[in-house]
Amino acid sequence: MSSTALELKRSGRALRISAYVRGILSLKTLQGVSTLVAFVALWQAAVSLKVPYLSNLPYPADVWKSFTDTVVTRAYWISWAVSLERIFVSFLVAQVLGIPLGLLMGISRKSKDILFPVFEIVRPIPPIAWIPLAILFWPTEELSIYALTFIGPFFVIVLNVMQGVANIDVSLKRAALSLGAKPGDIFWKIMLPGALPSILTGMTVGIGVAWNVLIAAEMIAGHVGLGRMTWEAYTNGNIPLIMVGMASIGVAGYLCSGVVRIVGQSCMPWRRRS
Amino acid sequence: MSGIPQAAKGDISIRGVSKVYDPSGARVTAIEQCSFDVAAGQFAVVVGPSGCGKTTLLNAIAGFDTISAGEILLDGEVIASANKQIRPGSDRVVVFQNGALFPWRTMMENIVYGPVRQKTMSRPEAERIARELLRRVGLEGVQDKYPGELSSGVQRRGEILRALINQPTVMLLDEPFRALDAVAKSVMHEFVLELFDFSPRTMFFITHDLDEAILLADKVIVMTTRPARVKTVIEVGLPRPRSANVTGAARYRELKQSLLEVVHEEALKAFQAGEREMA
Repeated sequence: MSSTALELKRSGRALRISAYVRGILSLKTLQGVSTLVAFVALWQAAVSLKVPYLSNLPYPADVWKSFTDTVVTRAYWISWAVSLERIFVSFLVAQVLGIPLGLLMGISRKSKDILFPVFEIVRPIPPIAWIPLAILFWPTEELSIYALTFIGPFFVIVLNVMQGVANIDVSLKRAALSLGAKPGDIFWKIMLPGALPSILTGMTVGIGVAWNVLIAAEMIAGHVGLGRMTWEAYTNGNIPLIMVGMASIGVAGYLCSGVVRIVGQSCMPWRRRS
Repeated sequence: MSGIPQAAKGDISIRGVSKVYDPSGARVTAIEQCSFDVAAGQFAVVVGPSGCGKTTLLNAIAGFDTISAGEILLDGEVIASANKQIRPGSDRVVVFQNGALFPWRTMMENIVYGPVRQKTMSRPEAERIARELLRRVGLEGVQDKYPGELSSGVQRRGEILRALINQPTVMLLDEPFRALDAVAKSVMHEFVLELFDFSPRTMFFITHDLDEAILLADKVIVMTTRPARVKTVIEVGLPRPRSANVTGAARYRELKQSLLEVVHEEALKAFQAGEREMA
């Protein structure tokens, strides 16, 4: 029994790997790569042919040169580390506070009636609009940046979880009770797993929002970080470095979304397979 | 099959039950003075127009809802009355209209949930019985799959097994096959008939499919348009064990005809009253 299970697992893995290889060689990948090549070629052409407005751009090769120069410096990786740390801490705090609050408001009608009006008023304010207040309010710039990066994903997660809990099919709760669950089981065995998909949605959207706010905050208030690096490149008129900064921010956001997705999928095996 | 013995209990008696929603405001009467009995081990099917209050009655037996007047007895004991609501429990397991397998549990974990949660069986024992049940109904392959990976017909069968493993006194089925296509439905009917022969117990089955009602039931209770009253009770009297072949019998056609007439009358009333389809 267990040896066949092992074999199954192994053949499953082999299958996945071959599917992966096929994925790389597929037409779709080919298309994607050629689009990228075409994009760089167009960029090169636009600059060399002095197309109006676009001719101020650096050549792709300049950007590449700037990248290879930058990537070997310590300062570049410190920017990465600082930005990632800010994201990590703020995002984590947003989840730790936001998920329980969302659950509470989703489950208890009364707490929603009490708390939700505040959310309704505060939520439409774009997180970036908090920047002046945050800078004045918090004693250090670092704390201001953390607070700003927290606010964006916090509202997203609270609202998602609240909605998710409210949308859990009442039949699931009833089925559990009918099968002998105690009222206390309902939260842990039904509401929590039932809310997981919306928690993940909240996290996926939230991590994007967190990067948005962080970059804006760093440009205005920070001394280090990827956003700051990009801003300083601007004040020095170093366009290739601006573009390296932008690309780095893009990669950082992409990686963070990937981590969130992987964490989410490992929490929800029933979603992974279907 | 050692684990699932036959049920000797399960007399349901519904006496003068009424249900009024929002008694201080709009006063919508869902059920009015409803009385009928279901004997232990009997397969009762309740039919009636959509939204007539059938589910309200089932929910009252299950313990999900209250009644406003009258009483419901299970084996002589009042389980629900105007000022009493029984707690839901595994002696009256419910199978729901849209399916309520836990999506985050595999089929096996779903089926053993009841006995393991209530500690009526150890997990290995529950899993052994669950495997036996799955094998009996030809679903050996699905135990480690999540509901989302299975067809709705297989999901529904799994859900019925999840109910059955608790050996409930009464099984409450609320239009369980409503969302299935005709082919899947006929498979489900064979499945339910077989399970009922193998392990008879009181069944309280709601539908508005008349063929389904006659095919499965010992007794069909026809409800009126809202407010729901008992319009008529028909003893089916077709022999068991039963299969889909029974639909060719003269008695079957006769029952279908008389049932059609009764139900048509009610449907027409509902239609004229402009009732919104309420599920």
